[in-house]
Amino acid sequence: MVDVRSGIGEAVPPAEVEDVELYHPHSWWTRYVFSQDAKVIAIQYATTAIAIGMVALVLSWLMRLQLGFPDTFTFIDADRYYQFITMHGMIMVIYLLTALFLGGFGNYLIPLMVGARDMVFPYANMLSYWIYLLAVLVLAASFFAPGGPTGAGWTLYPPQAILSNTPGGRDWGIILMLSSLVIFIIGFTMGGLNYVVTVLQGRARGMTLMRMPLTVWGIITATVMALLAFPALFVACVMMLFDRLLGTSFFMPAIAEMGEQLQYGGGSPILFQHLFWFFGHPEVYIVALPAFGIVSDLISTHARKNIFGYRMMVWAIVVIGALSFVVWAHHMYVSGMNPYFGFFFATTTLIIAVPTAIKVYNWVLTLWRGDIHLTLPMLFALAFIVTFVNGGLTGLFLGNVVVDVPLSDTMFVVAHFHMVMGVAPILVIFGAIYHWYPKVTGRMLNEALGQLHFWITFLGAYAIFFPMHYLGLAGVPRRYHDLGDASFVTDSVHSLNAFISVAALIVGAAQIVFLFNLAWSLRHGREAGGNPWRATTLEWQTPETPPPHGNWGKELPVVYRWAYDYSVPGAPEDFIPQNQPAPGRVTHEAAS
Amino acid sequence: MAVVVILVLLAAGSVLFHLLSPWWWTPIASNWNYIDNTLIITFWITGFVFVAVVLFTAYCVFRFRHRPGNQAAYEPENKRLEGWLAVSTTVGVIAMLAPGLVVWNQFITVPAAATEVEVVGQQWLWSFRLPGADGKLGTSETRDVAPENSLGLNRNDAATLDDVIIEGGELHLPVGKPVKVLLRSVDVLHDFYVPEFRAKMDMVPGMVTYFWFTPTRTGTFEILCAELCGVGHPQMRGTVVVDTEADYQTWLAEQQTFSQLTASSENSPKAVTDVASSAQ
Repeated sequence: MVDVRSGIGEAVPPAEVEDVELYHPHSWWTRYVFSQDAKVIAIQYATTAIAIGMVALVLSWLMRLQLGFPDTFTFIDADRYYQFITMHGMIMVIYLLTALFLGGFGNYLIPLMVGARDMVFPYANMLSYWIYLLAVLVLAASFFAPGGPTGAGWTLYPPQAILSNTPGGRDWGIILMLSSLVIFIIGFTMGGLNYVVTVLQGRARGMTLMRMPLTVWGIITATVMALLAFPALFVACVMMLFDRLLGTSFFMPAIAEMGEQLQYGGGSPILFQHLFWFFGHPEVYIVALPAFGIVSDLISTHARKNIFGYRMMVWAIVVIGALSFVVWAHHMYVSGMNPYFGFFFATTTLIIAVPTAIKVYNWVLTLWRGDIHLTLPMLFALAFIVTFVNGGLTGLFLGNVVVDVPLSDTMFVVAHFHMVMGVAPILVIFGAIYHWYPKVTGRMLNEALGQLHFWITFLGAYAIFFPMHYLGLAGVPRRYHDLGDASFVTDSVHSLNAFISVAALIVGAAQIVFLFNLAWSLRHGREAGGNPWRATTLEWQTPETPPPHGNWGKELPVVYRWAYDYSVPGAPEDFIPQNQPAPGRVTHEAAS
Repeated sequence: MAVVVILVLLAAGSVLFHLLSPWWWTPIASNWNYIDNTLIITFWITGFVFVAVVLFTAYCVFRFRHRPGNQAAYEPENKRLEGWLAVSTTVGVIAMLAPGLVVWNQFITVPAAATEVEVVGQQWLWSFRLPGADGKLGTSETRDVAPENSLGLNRNDAATLDDVIIEGGELHLPVGKPVKVLLRSVDVLHDFYVPEFRAKMDMVPGMVTYFWFTPTRTGTFEILCAELCGVGHPQMRGTVVVDTEADYQTWLAEQQTFSQLTASSENSPKAVTDVASSAQ
């Protein structure tokens, strides 16, 4: 077996292709608006995602007000409540998390981390963003359409999604939602192909696949998964649009709605669920894998120690990605599908726990004997470990088919997926922004505001979602506008709901501190310099900060080592950049 | 250092919350205490792992926090440790999965002695059907749903005529007898959920789903819909009463059969629709 730091001192392969000639912008419009520069596109993606994400945040406030204090806010009627939860869920999963991780971090970091000047297809990359923006606008338009947005739940299960007793079912809501998803997938495909080709073809000399930072591994694996999973959602959306608009019956059996026979017949609602979750489960990892990758690099950099078990980490990412395509029906244990599927899907689901656990061990073992700097990115990484382990472990309840039966469709599920694919990845996003903001802007984010933001967000989010599991255990179903009187729970359930709502309002408000910090530090932040964290990876070695168009100036970087040469014994500094030629273990060269 | 203290408090607080919180499952009223047991095993294993990881993290932050002159160790891999951790994780996973699959096998294997009960969901009302004197449920079809036949039963099927129909009322079940619950919907997805029975299953228009259980204590329990079925979803409540055998027979004798209902609705055709619309 080769040494993991493989190739230290090996000859660097000769350049196979000439350096690319980039498109150079000629005006303000092509530089900042219709830009083909991946870094600008990244910021456009991130800004749009965060903007629509703020809408989702406000929606979560409104739904928590209703759950915590039913009968108090009369404008949140059942219709609006279901519209709020639906839009909150879809925005967070697709338009915020997927877009921010892949479109935002992917665009910014992939070219810089693999040593490329830009994405391989800059024009398609630009189109990708504008189509994404169109998808967001179509989605947002449904708030203003007759009948309002769809209230079908983010899973959009037919038949109710396109029937009259669901908000937006016979109005514009569901049509705009499905259209927006179709547009999003078209846009994503352009970006996604770009990321894959750039990683496969655009790497700098010496940047072998097994020298790439885990951030790139996480993003690229998630992108490949998204390219394979989104088509299932795409066809499901198109088929449901046909059912809604053309009167086909892909997902619609014979239906007697309020005693009246509808003109549908012969379709299968469960077919939609299979298509949806064939996309939907990989989607969980499309969000999680970039977070896994990024947090690995945050921990390694700020603990001044190589990531423990790099090769195992890479294989775990790839294996999790592959396995996530054969577990989808664990979302459907009580859907009425053939119950014998339960054996298969419970087994595959629990198998995923093994590579996932290995990743957790390797994160904490990276801390072991490290030199831990409690910077903001490290704090967020620690908070990620706690929340991800918590949310991952409750997945073992829900994945284990028979344990899922009492918990399915209860608040336990809501608590679980928020902890594992909401709180945990978002903590990584925050950590990543505190980590890379200095590269993007040249200035550090304010530390005091960051500490305030961190502690409220971390402890507040835990206070929201940890107790929420117990509501589900007590039997409280999810997607109830108003639980009302329920004989199987005590009144204290309502007190807990009120507590959770107060915590949610506070955590939401803390994000204003964060947004303020982003804006304030742009002008007033401390000057960062090119490599404030003393990190090894290529994006910190650019000749200028922020990196200009083309990233590298005249010469492309050449890579001599893996991404994790921290605290190499004998080296003069506790990090050796990837593009530093001297073998790290040979001290006299480095010292001279 | 605040981080260390808070991580330790968080681990301890989570355990204390688990042990002391008043929010726990409602007392069981079915044979599925196997499910509860598997859930408890899972709590123990996952709780142990959670506390171990958080405390280990806290210890690392405490012990290896940056101080001037510190240097991190350089250890890219440790095959033995990685292998050992992978194997022990696999063992833990098997310890949860194995009992889970055994209980799942019980869950989907309906005993031959189970009597059939049909539950029909529609926005936003529960209806029930019992097999009647012949012990067989007649056939049904959503296409046959009409104002005087809201469950869409097949009039030409002899087995249907003696079926006992309960629309918008309470379902009664005898204690101690296994029941196979056949689930049907005539409009959208619903889910038959009684927290005390632990079991639940979606109702899907166009197909018949099922689960089985044995009620183990008498009492009155609330039926909820657990699959979003439109704006009336939270109001879709029903009641199931578990009776002693004698009480059950008394109740059963008072219920109407399909042919009796049809006869009475022919006299006053609005009667059945009134039940349906008043429940909305």
